[in-house]
Amino acid sequence: MLAVSDLRIHYRTLSGSVKALDGVSFSVADGEIMGLAGESGCGKSTLGKALIRLEERMQYVGGEVSLDGAAVPIADNRAMVPYRFRKISIVPQYAMSALNPTRRIGRMIDELLDSRGIKGLTLRPELERRLAILGLTPDVLGMYPIELSGGMKQRVVMVLSTLLDPSLLIADEVTSALDVASQKKVAGALVEFRDRGFVKSMIVVTHDLAILAQIADSILIMYAGKLAEKAPTRTIIEAPAHPYTRLLLGSLPEVGIRFEERRLPGIKGRPPSLLAPPQGCRFRDRCPLAFDKCAVEPPFVEIAPGHQVACWKADAHAEG
Amino acid sequence: MLKVENVSKLYRSGAFGGKKTRVIHDVDFEVKPGEVVSLIGESGSGKTTVGRMILRLTSVSEGRITFDGEDISTLKGSALKAYYRRVQGVFQDPFSSFNPIFKVGRVFRTLRREFLADLDDAAFAARLTGALNAVGLEVAALDKYPHQMSGGQLQRLLIARALLLDIRLLIADEIISMLDASTRIDVLNLLGDLKQRGLSIIFVTHDLALGNYISDRIVILQKGAIVEMGATEAVFGDPQHAYTRGLISAVPQLHRRWSDAELKDLGLVTDTAQAGGRLVAYRENHAVRVYS
Repeated sequence: MLAVSDLRIHYRTLSGSVKALDGVSFSVADGEIMGLAGESGCGKSTLGKALIRLEERMQYVGGEVSLDGAAVPIADNRAMVPYRFRKISIVPQYAMSALNPTRRIGRMIDELLDSRGIKGLTLRPELERRLAILGLTPDVLGMYPIELSGGMKQRVVMVLSTLLDPSLLIADEVTSALDVASQKKVAGALVEFRDRGFVKSMIVVTHDLAILAQIADSILIMYAGKLAEKAPTRTIIEAPAHPYTRLLLGSLPEVGIRFEERRLPGIKGRPPSLLAPPQGCRFRDRCPLAFDKCAVEPPFVEIAPGHQVACWKADAHAEG
Repeated sequence: MLKVENVSKLYRSGAFGGKKTRVIHDVDFEVKPGEVVSLIGESGSGKTTVGRMILRLTSVSEGRITFDGEDISTLKGSALKAYYRRVQGVFQDPFSSFNPIFKVGRVFRTLRREFLADLDDAAFAARLTGALNAVGLEVAALDKYPHQMSGGQLQRLLIARALLLDIRLLIADEIISMLDASTRIDVLNLLGDLKQRGLSIIFVTHDLALGNYISDRIVILQKGAIVEMGATEAVFGDPQHAYTRGLISAVPQLHRRWSDAELKDLGLVTDTAQAGGRLVAYRENHAVRVYS
C-alpha cells in the first residue's frame, strides 16, 4: 500500500517557485485503483511523476512517501533507481514516444531488461502470456512501433511497465490520446492487470471522470495544488460534497444531453496562479457557495467513512 | 450549401506506387445553412480526410465536393480565396497552430494582410473586437504568447480568427479532444451559439457524447465508408448498424458502469468492418448500410 503525507513539490521558474503540490496527503490500499482527476495545472501529473522521478526543475520541498511500510526516498534520484520499474512503475501518456522507433519491439524490451540486469529470455514466456491477455499476439514482438495502432502501443507499454509485478503503477493520461474504442480496451486492461495481481495498487491520472467512473475504486479530486475531495467512486459521482467536484461533473455532456434542450454551464473563471496562490480556499473566486469563512483555508477532513473534503460547506451539502 | 457527392480517395501504395488503396469509399452527404453535422468514427475511419478534402488540403480522387453549386476542386486564385473567406478549419492541437516565438495577435495580422487588406484600421479593429467578444475573449489577449494561454483559450482564438472572415462553414476537427472537461464545454457551447447565429459546422470527433450534444445530424464512418447517418435523435435513439451500437457502448458514462465482462471484452469494433454494401433509407432522415 502507498501512503503519502504532506508532500510538497515546487517548480523552479524565472519568476519564482510554482507551488504545484502544496501539502498533499492520501493513501492507496492494496488492490485499489485510485483515480486522480482535476483540470490542467492542478498538480495531478506532478504528483504522478513525483512518485517515480523528479524532473530537473521539480524541487522537493517536504513530505513523506511510503510504500508497503518502507519509506521511499523520492528526493534522492540515485536512491530511487532500485525502486523504478521493480516497485514503482509508470505508463506515460504518449506510448508512441516511449517506444524506440528504430528497434523491433521484442528487441527493445530485451535491451531494456538487459540494462536492468535481467535476462530477457527468462521472461519471454511470461511476456507473451501477458500480451495474449490483452489480445495481442506474440507477432507484435517482431514488429516496429510504427506498425501498431495507438491503442496497441499503449497496451504494449502497459505489459512492459508491469512485467516485474510492481507494487504501484502510475497510469498518466493513458486513455486521453485514444479514440473511444481503444480507450475502453486500455481501461479494461488496467483492471485486468490489477485483478490478476500483476500490480498491487494503481493511480490512474486523467481529466476524464467518465473513464474513472468505469474503472476506479476511489477518486481523488485536486484543485490548484491541493486536495479537494476523496471518496469511493460511487460517492464522488452520486453524492459529491465539494462544489468544485459538482461543477466538474456538471460540465460533462453525457449521451442523450442536447445543447438545445439543456445547456451545460461549465465553470466560470480560471484556476489561480500557483506562483503566489491566494490565501484561504483556492476555489473561492469561482465558487458559487463562497462566503466570509472561505478566506481561511478549509482543512481536508473526513465527513463520512472514506469520504474526505476540503470545504467549509461540505457538511451542509452531505446532509442536504 | 455544401454537398459532398460520392467522394472517394485513393492513395498509391506498394513499393513503386503501383497499387492503389481506397481509403474513402463513396462518401455522400450534405450540410445545410445553420446546421451542425458530426462526422464520427474511430482513428482511421477517414473522418479527418473528409474534412481535409472539404478544406482542399487533400485532393478528391473520385466524385466531387460543391459549395453553393460550385465544384471546389476547380477553384483557383481569387475564386479560391473567396472560398476560404467562407470556409475555414480549426484543428485538434491549438499549440501547433501558433508560432511560439510570436505573440498570438500575429495570426490576426497575417489574416488581415491576406484577406482583409481593404479594411481601414478602425473597421478592422471593430471587427476584431466583435469576433473576440463572440468567443468570450478580450483584445488584451492578443498581446500574450501561446504558452501564456490555456488550450481552450487558444482554441477560441482560432475560432475568432475564422469568424473575422464572415465564414459560413467551419470545419472543427477534434477541436476539444485535448481540452479539459470544464473548457471543453465552453468551446462546445460557443459552437452552439455560433450555430444559432446561422453558421454551419462540420464537427469531427470520435466521441459520440460530444457529437450528440451539439449536432443536428450525424454521419458515422467506418473504414472510410458511411455506415449510418441521419438526424441525431434517430441515430442515437435507434442505432441500426452494429458498428454504431459498438461505438455507443464504448462511450464511458458517469451513471452506468460497464460490467466486468463488458470492460474486459477485447472484441475490436473495427473487426466488424465489411466491404461493400449500400446505404438504404431505414426511416425518414435515417440511412443504414446493409450488406446482402
